[in-house]
Amino acid sequence: MNSGEFLSEYFPILVFIAIAAGISIAMIVGSWISGIRRPDREKLTPYECGFDAFTDARHKFDVRFYLVAILFIIFDLEIAFLFPWAVSLGETGVFAFWSMMVFLGVLTIGFIYEWKKGALDWE
Amino acid sequence: MMDMTTIITDLYMARADVFLACAALILLAVGVCLKTRAFHRIAIGGVTALVLTLIMTLQQDNSGDSITLFGDMLVYDRFGVFMKVLVSIGAISAIFMGVRDLGDHVIGKFEYVILILLATLGMNIMISSNNMLSLYMGLELQSLALYILAAFNRNSLTSSEAGLKYFILGALSSGMLLFGISLIYGYTGTTSFPLIADIVLIEQTDMVSMGMLVGLVFILVGLAFKISAVPFHMWTPDVYQGAPSSVTAFFAMAPKMAAMALMARVLFSAFGELHSDWAQIIFAISLASMALGAFAGLVQKNLYRLLAYSSIGHMGYALLGYFVGGFTGVTATLVYLSIYLVMTAGTFAMILSVRNKDNVAATNLNEFAGLSKKSPVVAYGLAIMLFSMAGIPPLAGFFGKLYIFKAVLDGGYYTLAVLGVCASVVASYYYLKLIKIMFFDQPSAHDDYVVAPSRLLRWVGVPSVLFVVTFIFYPDWLVYEATQAALSLR
Repeated sequence: MNSGEFLSEYFPILVFIAIAAGISIAMIVGSWISGIRRPDREKLTPYECGFDAFTDARHKFDVRFYLVAILFIIFDLEIAFLFPWAVSLGETGVFAFWSMMVFLGVLTIGFIYEWKKGALDWE
Repeated sequence: MMDMTTIITDLYMARADVFLACAALILLAVGVCLKTRAFHRIAIGGVTALVLTLIMTLQQDNSGDSITLFGDMLVYDRFGVFMKVLVSIGAISAIFMGVRDLGDHVIGKFEYVILILLATLGMNIMISSNNMLSLYMGLELQSLALYILAAFNRNSLTSSEAGLKYFILGALSSGMLLFGISLIYGYTGTTSFPLIADIVLIEQTDMVSMGMLVGLVFILVGLAFKISAVPFHMWTPDVYQGAPSSVTAFFAMAPKMAAMALMARVLFSAFGELHSDWAQIIFAISLASMALGAFAGLVQKNLYRLLAYSSIGHMGYALLGYFVGGFTGVTATLVYLSIYLVMTAGTFAMILSVRNKDNVAATNLNEFAGLSKKSPVVAYGLAIMLFSMAGIPPLAGFFGKLYIFKAVLDGGYYTLAVLGVCASVVASYYYLKLIKIMFFDQPSAHDDYVVAPSRLLRWVGVPSVLFVVTFIFYPDWLVYEATQAALSLR
């Protein structure tokens, strides 16, 4: 395959990028023109998850929040895997079933580990 | 859709690795439930699991020919068995050393053993990989375990630094590797090594595309990071110094074997026909590693930094075999790697037995002063290891270098052989310097280092010394096994 032919296969992607750029610029410019603006202090400060944006960055912060967030993400991802798996199980069959069982088994070991390790105890 | 019977057959054929994976998970669940002496008990379990895995791997060797499993994702051949034996020896020694080094320490968490098992599993997958995807999966499984191991002493600033440094540079190298893989996939349309080899063979009659070569270079960069070849070696001294000593020992042994095996698979199974193209790269990094390993080691005061440069140099010699190529070159590299593994295991076993009254292993060269008075056995053992590393006959290290240089000379690269020998002469200075410190220097007034080997350290140290000393009497079996392994690689 010569390089011209090869690159021409990517032409739809170029078109796609152009359309994506066009739509997003149109949206930003549109809201800029037609939006109603009543700024106040809270609206103008950058959103920082409930913290003041401009204070000392070396702020004491309970590490347990991070721990809970990390543990949450694992099980959140598990659910994200489980939904498409459950919906398509009729077509993917017994192989998919056991693949997911192995995955859940590994995850359960991890869950036992974090439970026993005390990662779920708040105090 | 995958056929269920094929999967079950494949799982059975790959039973060694499946067993290791299950064992690691079960030990993790058991270990967290143990109240007392978890480290020691899990260490026993971990060593048992590794030995059983090794037995299953060797069993599979008897079946003869190489087999591919999981839709050509993994290949099981004699080359794989050979490298897996090396990796398992490294992992078992690292657990033995860990029991002495961390077992009774506050940071002696049993997860050390689990992480070594998981890293070993990753390395076994790397060694068996027959596809870019299984390559990457094995590499990441290994690397993630190693990042945690490097930062294992989380109360220590240097250990945390080592972990972070290794993580960032490891992530960078993984990124380069992935970029290379994506280029290869883009230009060949496949990630499977045998199919890539077919396409390379077809293209060679016409002209190999530039994109594929660039992809190969990126993959080599990613792998050179893992074996710490110059110029991708920057992390090595810091990680060796910062990580706990037994972890450093593991780093110096097993991952190097796995990454060298992976390199052989990529270079010979997938890109064997492009030897003349990639040989220049291997030539450059090999020569640079030998030179830097020799010269940068001269000024080191910290023993672990010295060993880091020593290992960089050794990887340079090992790469010479790949540079020459063909089965003579690969055989020479395999012999060299086996001997390097044993020497490293022995050296670390000796070093770890020298500890102060706070049970901290000696790190600076001058802390070894007067070792020959404190314990002649350990001093002579360490001296034998260092002489062997320097390549003094009649020890095993000499034969490792002999096979490498013989392969290089057979290939007709006389200049390279001379340069390699020169680097070896320079490097022998720092090995001899440590021997001089052990035998002729007086310990300082407030020296409180004593030699306190444990039984497990002896189990590593004594066989290593025996191997290194008696290798001259029966070198044939190792060369024979290495030749068989090299022949099966294709």
